[in-house]
Formats: sequence, structure tokens, C-alpha cells
Amino acid sequence: MNDVLAPWRSATEPPDAGWGEVADAPARRESVPILDVKDLVITYENQQTGAQTEAVRGVSLRIAEGEFVTIVGLSGCGKTSFLNAVAGLVKAASGSIAVAGRLVDRPGPDRAMVFQKATLLPWRNVLDNITYGLDLRGLPKKQVRLRAQKYLDLVQLRGFEHFFPGALSGGMQQRVNLARALVTEPQLLLLDEPFAALDAITREAMQHELLAIWNQTRKTVLMVTHQIDEAVLLSDRVIVFSPRPARIVAEIRINLPRPRSAEVRFDAVFDQRAKEIFDLIHKSNLIHKSTGKVAP
Amino acid sequence: MNSDIAVAKRQTLAESLGGALARLRTRNDAAGNVASSFRRRKLLENLTGQALGATVILSLFAAWEIAARTGLVDPMFSSSPSAVVLTGITMINDGTLARHFLASFKIYVVGVGLSILLGVPIGVAAGWFKWVNRAFSPLISAFYTMPRIALMPVFIIWFGLGMEAKVALVLMSAIFPLLVNMQVAMQNIDPEFKRVGVAYGASQWQLFRTVALPSSVPFLLTGLRLSMGRGMLGVIAAEIFGGAEGLGYLIQYAGATFQIDVVFVGVVVIAGFGVIVDRSLAHIATRVDSWKITSS
Repeated sequence: MNDVLAPWRSATEPPDAGWGEVADAPARRESVPILDVKDLVITYENQQTGAQTEAVRGVSLRIAEGEFVTIVGLSGCGKTSFLNAVAGLVKAASGSIAVAGRLVDRPGPDRAMVFQKATLLPWRNVLDNITYGLDLRGLPKKQVRLRAQKYLDLVQLRGFEHFFPGALSGGMQQRVNLARALVTEPQLLLLDEPFAALDAITREAMQHELLAIWNQTRKTVLMVTHQIDEAVLLSDRVIVFSPRPARIVAEIRINLPRPRSAEVRFDAVFDQRAKEIFDLIHKSNLIHKSTGKVAP
Repeated sequence: MNSDIAVAKRQTLAESLGGALARLRTRNDAAGNVASSFRRRKLLENLTGQALGATVILSLFAAWEIAARTGLVDPMFSSSPSAVVLTGITMINDGTLARHFLASFKIYVVGVGLSILLGVPIGVAAGWFKWVNRAFSPLISAFYTMPRIALMPVFIIWFGLGMEAKVALVLMSAIFPLLVNMQVAMQNIDPEFKRVGVAYGASQWQLFRTVALPSSVPFLLTGLRLSMGRGMLGVIAAEIFGGAEGLGYLIQYAGATFQIDVVFVGVVVIAGFGVIVDRSLAHIATRVDSWKITSS
């Protein structure tokens, strides 16, 4: 099972010329990007009428190792469809998705998804929920437990191992959700609006916690959100999607220093970037509304 | 008249017990011992509830006894609680009750056992695989609504007057609640849980084992409870229909020969057995579903 975790060793793809644009990304040693999406198109078939709806139209995106990239856009713009396609949960109509140089069209151990709703299995306790992905891989129980302990600590849930999800608060459930993904030690971590279902105070606390966790693990992350401040706080790059069908409107580099802490919110650059993104989203939305066409 | 007085005594005893506990409660509240006062309050609630239920039953028995003794009703047709008890003791002593009970019990266990062995897998398959569902649904609906006793003449022709025909009727009575409940269980699996399983790379079998089966437990328990009740109906109906032993036969024969006491002994044994089966299953249900209790 472990050999699929390192397929990029045999990757033959040549380094891309345009790659220099992200030269100040944390890890540039790796010539093969962790995620390489080319001209991705996603269409949905209406179950009643059979009509085709385009959710994503020709999106290309690369993420280098150790990068935290966030896609922002209005609700229903197709950003979650894009993430689901990367996760392998939705089939692409055309285009390609490669993770560490290997084409993917189904879920795999190289990616792990943190869902918007915690969706913990209610009959498994916290520990067993965290080890779910590893249990499915048939890893030895002892090794799995040992690995889970580390991530239990990381998300500060030590002492809650034997609680059932129903007894946990929303924030704690979301931490289990996060640990469940992290413990599989994926090459690419996918976050689908991970804090959208939480109240504002818990959400902010969780954002700071995720920031701290990222500082420790330096995972390659692709997140989807509609919270602009969340995107700026956490990301190296923010990708702005147009309303449906989704296209990339702009790419904003968040050149705030790392490691970041909660104080970064008071940095002038923070507000500047947040405003830029806000303007881009709403401009693309206005163009979309007035012409019915997608922003260029 | 003695039992009447005993009933009255028991009633006052229950009431005075309630009163004593109530006084105890007030004192404890004053002492500010919240946890133990809460426990005591719950216990009191429980006890008064049970006392209330017992009072109703005992009052009915008392009324029946009085009516029979004062000649308000003819004991020849109505019997009386004391007569039933005496007859019951005689029947226990001479072994007739045990013989009939064991005969019925054997058919019950075999019939319900077969229903579980066949009904659960068929129901699971019909809920999990679309084509099995399409193949079996019309048949299941046809049998589900039909009064099973109507099949008894056919079973007797096929299997004779022995155990097989009776088991067949029990099976036909008990299998459908299980089958239909398991089918519904499979069709009601939260798609979000399935999605989590798929995202973490679960195979179809793993999805079934880690998501479908655990989430079907409440349905299984409901199905078991229903089918155990139906199974009892089936046993008694089959034995009334034909044969030379069993509680159903006992009741039918005693009724035909105006031994009302014996009829009631049979009824009490059946009811008692039913209550024991139902209560033990309910007890198992609360244990198995501990994750649900925790979440409330």
C-alpha cells in the first residue's frame, strides 16, 4: 500500500517554464508540483431532465509542495465541484488532474478531505473516527493507534479518545474531522469550507488553530472557502473563481511573512489583500449579472 | 375477599413509599446535594411510574375477583384471578404447562431463528443491490400485506400436521418485519457517511461493513422486536389450527371444553413470555445503541 504514497519518484514530467512565478513559495525544490490540474471541465447532468450544466470551465491550477492555496468565490460558483474532482469524488468531463505527477480520477491515499460538515461516524468514538482512513487501508491496529495519538495531540483532543461524536461540540467535531484527514499523512490536504458550519467565535479560534497546525506540519493544502479573511490569513496564494461556470478570475499572492500568527490580521497587507479579493469577487459577479457572461 | 385487601394494602404501601421518597428529596435539596438529589428524583419518578402501572393492573384483577365472587358475572364463563392462579399451580405441578410451553417454544425458536437467518440477509441484499430490490420488491409487498394464517391449510397439505407446517407459518409471520426493516435500513444510509467512506478509499465491501451495517443496527432491533411479536402470533395461530400440543392447542381445547381457567393460564403464560422477550430486547437495544444515548 505504501508504494502508492511515493509515485512521484518515477514521474517523467519536465519542469514547467512558468513555474518561476511562484519562486518564493515555501518549497521549490520539487520540480513536479503536488497538484497539477489542466483545463478541467466539470459538467453535471440534471437527474430529472438529463440537461447538462457546466460547473467548471477549463480551470488549470498548480500547487507546489508545502504551499497553502485557497479558492474563493461566491456560493454555488463551482469551487466545491472543483475540490471534489481533485478528491476523486466527481468525474471530470475533460481535462486532467495529476497528484505528484500521477493522473488521478478516484480517491486515493495521496489525498485526504476535510468535509464542511464533520460527518463523523456516530457509532465510532473519537479515536476510531480518526483512524477510519487507516483502518480502511488495513494497517496494523497497534501502528494505527500510535499514529493517531500524535494527531490527537495536534488537534488537542487528548482525553476525548473514547467520546462519541454526539457528545462533542461543533468545534471539537471539526477537529476530529481534521485529524481524520491529517493522520492519513496525505501529500495533498483538501479542505472544503471547513469552518463554515461553525459559529463566528469558534470559527476564528479554529482558523488560528489550523494556522498553528499548518506551521507544524507544512502540509500542501488546497482549501475552498467563501470567507475572504480566512483565505488571506492561511494562504500563500488565493485563487478567485468566477460565478458558474467557474473560471479563474485572478490569482493573489499573500506575501505576509511566515510563520504567521493571529496578529497578522492587524497587518496593513492583510486588509489590502482582503480588499483586493473582495473587489475581484464582486466585480466578476457584477459582470456575470449584467451580461450573463463569464468574466474574462 | 382476601386478595382484595392485599391489593388495597399494596396500593397504600406504594403511596407511602412515594411520600417517604418525596420527603427525602426535599431534605436533600435543602442540603444542596444536587447530583444525588437528581438521582433520587429520577428514581422516584421511576418508582411512582411503575407503582401507577401496577396499580392499574392490580385494580383490574381486584374488580374481576370481586365481580366473580359477588356473582355479578358467572364464574363458569369468566373464571377469576384466584381460580386461574390455582389452576396454574396445578398445571405446573402435573407438568402439563411445561409440556405445552416447550412444544410452542421449540416451534417459536426454530421459526424465528429461521426468519433471522433468512430475513436479514435477504433484506440487506434487497436494500443494498438495486437489481435484487427490483426482483424481490413485488413479491415482498404481496406477502407483506397478506394475512399469513390464510396459508396454513396449504402448509398442512405440504408439510403435514407436524412441526414443519407450524414452523412454516411462524417463518412467514416473522420474516417480513425483519426483511422490510433491513431493506429500509440499507436505503436510508446517510449519503454523507458513504461519501466519507468513498473519499477515504473504502471498497464496496468496506462501505458495507463500516457504514451500512452499523447504521442499520437500530432498524435491525426494531425488526427483531416486531418479528418476535409476529412469531408468537404465528405459533399460537398454527397451534389453534391443528396439532395436539402447544399453548395454542391448550387454549383452543380448553375453550372448547369450557375450562376458562385453563384458557387464562395459557393467555397469562403467553403474555408473560411476550413481555420478557420484548423487555430483554429493549434492554439490548439501549446497550447496543450506546452512541445514541451519549449523543442525546
